[in-house]
Amino acid sequence: MPFKLEPRREPNRTMLYASPVIAVALTALAGLLFFAALGYNGTLAIYDILILPVIDATHWIDLGVKAAPLVTIAIGLAIGFRANVWNIGAEGQYVMGAIAGTGVALHAGGTEGAWALPVMCLAGALGGALWAAIPALLRARLKVSEILTSLMLSYVAIQVLYFLVRGPWRDPEGFNFPQTRSFTDVESMPILIDGTRLHLGIPIAVLIAMAVWVVMSRTLVGFELRVSGLAPNAARYAGFREQRTVWLALLVSGGLAGLAGIFEAAGPFGQITPNFPTGYGFTAIVVAFLGRLNPLGILIGGVVLAVSFVGGELAETSVGLPSAAIGLFQATLLFLLLGVDMLVWYRIRRIAPAIAPSAAPAVVRSAS
Amino acid sequence: MEGIGSAPGETAPRLELRHVGKSFPGVRANDDVSFAVAPGEIHALLGENGAGKSTLMKIVYGVQRADEGAILWEGRSVDITSPKAARKLGIGMVFQHFSLFDALTVYENIAVGMDDPMPRRALEARIEEVLSTYGLPLDITREVHTLSVGERQRIEIVRCLMQQPRLLIMDEPTSVLTPQEVEKLFTTLRQLSAEGVSILYISHKLHEIKALCHSATILRGGRVVGTCDPRVETAKSMAEMMIGGELRTAERRGKAAGGEERLIVEGLSVPGTPPFGIELKAVSFTVHAGEVFGIAGVAGNGQNELTRALAGEVVAPRAEMIRLARRPIGHQGPGERRRAGLCVVPEERNGHAAVPEFTLAENTMLTARYRRPLTRGGFMRLAATRAFAEDVIRRFDVRTTGPEALARSLSGGNLQKFIVGREMLQTPDVLVVSQPTWGVDAGAASAIHQALLDLAANGAAIVVISQDLDELLALASRLVVMNDGRLSQALDVAGVSVKDIGLLMGGVHGGDAPVHPHEVTHAV
Repeated sequence: MPFKLEPRREPNRTMLYASPVIAVALTALAGLLFFAALGYNGTLAIYDILILPVIDATHWIDLGVKAAPLVTIAIGLAIGFRANVWNIGAEGQYVMGAIAGTGVALHAGGTEGAWALPVMCLAGALGGALWAAIPALLRARLKVSEILTSLMLSYVAIQVLYFLVRGPWRDPEGFNFPQTRSFTDVESMPILIDGTRLHLGIPIAVLIAMAVWVVMSRTLVGFELRVSGLAPNAARYAGFREQRTVWLALLVSGGLAGLAGIFEAAGPFGQITPNFPTGYGFTAIVVAFLGRLNPLGILIGGVVLAVSFVGGELAETSVGLPSAAIGLFQATLLFLLLGVDMLVWYRIRRIAPAIAPSAAPAVVRSAS
Repeated sequence: MEGIGSAPGETAPRLELRHVGKSFPGVRANDDVSFAVAPGEIHALLGENGAGKSTLMKIVYGVQRADEGAILWEGRSVDITSPKAARKLGIGMVFQHFSLFDALTVYENIAVGMDDPMPRRALEARIEEVLSTYGLPLDITREVHTLSVGERQRIEIVRCLMQQPRLLIMDEPTSVLTPQEVEKLFTTLRQLSAEGVSILYISHKLHEIKALCHSATILRGGRVVGTCDPRVETAKSMAEMMIGGELRTAERRGKAAGGEERLIVEGLSVPGTPPFGIELKAVSFTVHAGEVFGIAGVAGNGQNELTRALAGEVVAPRAEMIRLARRPIGHQGPGERRRAGLCVVPEERNGHAAVPEFTLAENTMLTARYRRPLTRGGFMRLAATRAFAEDVIRRFDVRTTGPEALARSLSGGNLQKFIVGREMLQTPDVLVVSQPTWGVDAGAASAIHQALLDLAANGAAIVVISQDLDELLALASRLVVMNDGRLSQALDVAGVSVKDIGLLMGGVHGGDAPVHPHEVTHAV
């Protein structure tokens, strides 16, 4: 190979910020080729997916509506990812949050009061946190990988939702459709501008981003989480306990995912239907990395993914792109982002040919 | 080049380097390096950490490639493109860090590393032949994790000798050996030299070079700053060539010992972490105010486990096993112990004592927040951490751009000064330091030594865990030897001989029967 990767001594500052931009550009290019190869108008598809939602102001509120849950979930995930706790099951916690909040509304006995929504939101956050507590317990007590348990519990949560909307929680006046009754006004997220879908969850997502930024960069708890992720031995040396970090990271990320879930149920959905699990919990992983695990970066990352969702819907109608193609597009984005990120810490260098890589120390185990 | 001892010849040098240079991003590792090694010559490459010795050897062994200059092998210009090519030429290298599989036997480790595999029976016969020719005691059916470090090194040497090399490169081979093991190694190397094998010996231990080598090339900052015949030089004169200035040795101030008991460890037993962790077995010792207490021993005999147990990263089974003055602290975590006055510096700087990706200011938060007001209401006081880092940098002469520099940007010596300084400025009653000058240049090492002695003179009790005997003999008033998770009786440094310590390091406890029968083989 005439090229090799050489580690940099310091991270490349330019690349640190340029790499998401490069990744988006490369994704556009790759998408163009994919879609063209599938027989669609690739240029128009990319224009509709990436450009149209940004330049056309009529789509901006849609962007906010899509971005809010992504950002809220991704911020929680990023806290965990920073601390080396890999919660991959935000989708399940998101669903459980919606279920818990909805449960409060359905079983509150018809009392209509201003407390309804706050209590639903609290229940949503608790529901998500409790669902995340299962992988936390398994990891902290038995060292079971939270990656697997949290992921698998997502599918359990979705089945629980199917059971509830088809069974005990089915709307008696819903003509046998598998869905809960619609939320009343006091049970719904307030709309900030009449006649639009701009709900309270959107500014709250921004506030959460700012609050978490302060916590991560300025408080001891944030320091603890960062140390745990970067250097577990140093964390132990500093007196931080690994179990506490695991609990903290999973409960907070689960709670935020649950909060996003009830916001979405009590907001744009207005009820729970079998279509409720839309994969926000998984897409938020892409958002978290696109935003460099930084709460403020995640705000931007959330908007970028929202653009691809809103644009994807536009492209579905304009060029007839299947919705699965958007999933492919988003996955390509994550893939390329992680690939381009390599250039932050490494540089590509041409080397003279005919050098075989070092073969001598096959497996290194220092004799410390 | 200088005169050559045992086997000079009129033939071309075995290896000659001409104007070799190599750069890494931001560093000039080697610059215009030229020297030659004759057949049978033991040639020392002498220099501090970061002087460019290891890079140079990696170039010779084909791991790295020189940017400029020429390498001549027996008079012919060669291009060594890979370690395999180097071995083909007849160059063997024993690395400082071994490449062995712990769970495999000696035989299996040698077999997997062969460039040209041979049938088992033939290979076994060949290994036994090499072992007996060079008088290397080694049981090839043993699994590596049951072997001492000296025995592991022998596997690496045997690996090299299997290929009948004509040049053997040894990178800091004695850093992990007991004095007796060093003597044994030297016997083998002298025998090889007498047979005409050239040896490039990399070290910064001057008395060893004086005892073994025929000639020496001294590197500083990547350049050759001198050549000499170590047999006629003094250790001091070579050291001064190496550091390019006068050598300062740390001075003891005040009287050691006699103070009150500060740290009492009694019957501390901690199981080792599987698979290869060392179990601490009834470790007991007492350190007094104003005293430097040394713990010697070959690395991997439980020092890391002891450091972790003292720091509180691993909690003791019973609180009374570790006491600070009269207070049992064995059940406490790192934070409570620090508050009580016990600070610890672990061996590994990167990722244990410091977070490489954090700034120096952030790194003060790791430990100093317990004894310094670096937090308020759960928030970090950024200005206070910066000021504290600034203080450490100034008082301990840390060469860096300031408190906002990333820890990873500092050289090993400077980061170590920062870490030791961070703990010392917390004015601990007891300071435990593991391998305080490991991989640290001579200037920084002497600064750290002086700071430790000063802290002791001010009444702190200090525990220094080190595999460098010279360091312990210079610092400690009493020392114990750690072997296989146990401590020997405490010895007064004043009346102890290096030979006795060496025997203890090999596992022979004060004339008792050896702990494990097999360990006698490498202890004598």
